[in-house]
Amino acid sequence: MLKIENLHAEIDGKQILNGLTLEVNAGEVHAIMGPNGAGKSTLAYVLGGRPGYEVTQGSVTFDGKDLLDMEPHERAAAGMFLGFQYPVEIPGVSNVQFLREALNSQRKERGEEPLSGGEFLKLAKEKAGLLKLDMDMLKRNVNVGFSGGEKKRNEMVQMGILDPAFAVLDETDSGLDIDALKVVGEGINAIMRKPDKAVLLITHYQRLLDYVAPDHVHILAKGRIVKSGGPELALQLEEQGYDAVMEAA
Amino acid sequence: MTQLPTLKDEAWRYADLNAVEALGVDALDQWKEVSVAAGETKRHCMVVGGQTPELHRIRLDVAEGGRAELFVVVTGDDYCRVEVETTLATGAHFELGGVTIGGGDAVREIVTRTDHAQPDGTSNQVVRSVHWNQATGNFLGAIHVHRDAQRTDAAQDFKALVLEKGATANAKPELEIFADDVKCAHGAAIGQMDEMARYYMASRGLAPDMAKRLLIRAFIADSLAALDDESEAERLLEAALDRLGERV
Repeated sequence: MLKIENLHAEIDGKQILNGLTLEVNAGEVHAIMGPNGAGKSTLAYVLGGRPGYEVTQGSVTFDGKDLLDMEPHERAAAGMFLGFQYPVEIPGVSNVQFLREALNSQRKERGEEPLSGGEFLKLAKEKAGLLKLDMDMLKRNVNVGFSGGEKKRNEMVQMGILDPAFAVLDETDSGLDIDALKVVGEGINAIMRKPDKAVLLITHYQRLLDYVAPDHVHILAKGRIVKSGGPELALQLEEQGYDAVMEAA
Repeated sequence: MTQLPTLKDEAWRYADLNAVEALGVDALDQWKEVSVAAGETKRHCMVVGGQTPELHRIRLDVAEGGRAELFVVVTGDDYCRVEVETTLATGAHFELGGVTIGGGDAVREIVTRTDHAQPDGTSNQVVRSVHWNQATGNFLGAIHVHRDAQRTDAAQDFKALVLEKGATANAKPELEIFADDVKCAHGAAIGQMDEMARYYMASRGLAPDMAKRLLIRAFIADSLAALDDESEAERLLEAALDRLGERV
């Protein structure tokens, strides 16, 4: 589904990704772990097409198409979702309005009919319920006045509504308390654990992986994958730390 | 006899004086006089600006406990100036919601002078400006609180978005306060589009022009928040946002 080959990327002339190669197939959940500054968020933003993140070498294909050639909104319409580490506040624009416009914009791009207000609200209610987010929150301005945990749950509600084929979740677990972590983990499973979908989970910690069991775990350091393994790799990291595991690699 | 203004006249310092000259001295004498009776509320909504220079001068005289509301969108391809002189009696209120929006090289401005002549008057002015190309948006707001006008509460809030290099916004608050028990709040901010918000919206699938439109709509909607008529507010918003179509 997603194929990254020898990816090099820089921000402001500073090289962050140094030849990253990774393949994610449909039905799989991959976790990317790594120390601060390894390039985890840069990878997320490069996949999401954030302006200023320049790819200098390598390729990324998504369902056989050149992902790097697509605008951010085209990537979304093609089925990619980026869960932000720091979801952005948008004063004056309600969640409901924003998401309905976004979903209908995607549907239009795919040649589908737009959802009516009623149809959309029904869908939003269902997904908010799944993530235990109060429907009133969805009527408020996007992320304005939300706590850290509410913002992250709101990201997952958005993911539920937009129903992507592939999700890159950048530290979705940070800022969540124990209960919220469980709700979010179960939400990710309910929305994304399907044979035709895949997830790239970027995280510092093993704890989210207790709820969302990864099929593959990769360690990212200095801009490339230095070690890959199964779920046991995450446990080993938690026990021994990055340095020890990477030295052994 | 009225004379053409020069850049030395404070209220005209950012104006397009060539356009004013083209309008001629007679245009300067055309004031629209509106009286609001004691306890009465008068509201006026307008969309102004066109292919040639326009000057709209309005004098509001608001009697005791009266309320004057003006909501205006200043757009068009050429110079357009809306000027409002308001005199407030005891307990009277003046509400202004203004938008200046457009591109090209036009100057679009809202200029107010609010006289709090008697006690307990209130005024609230919210103006938003969105400009691109070499266009200019101005808000000049003078508030004059007379010696007897105790407990005056006057507020001014101006925010401008300049969408690209070359566009300009000017803010000029001017407070003359001769009473001592007075609240006068004013704020001005000039900035650019929130690029992170735009990217966030794009990442959810919103096409760039849609994201921009939603953000600008939210930005200018502040100026119409006090307009207690949803369909009128919508009409003014759409009139303002229509200008964006030619840009994105």
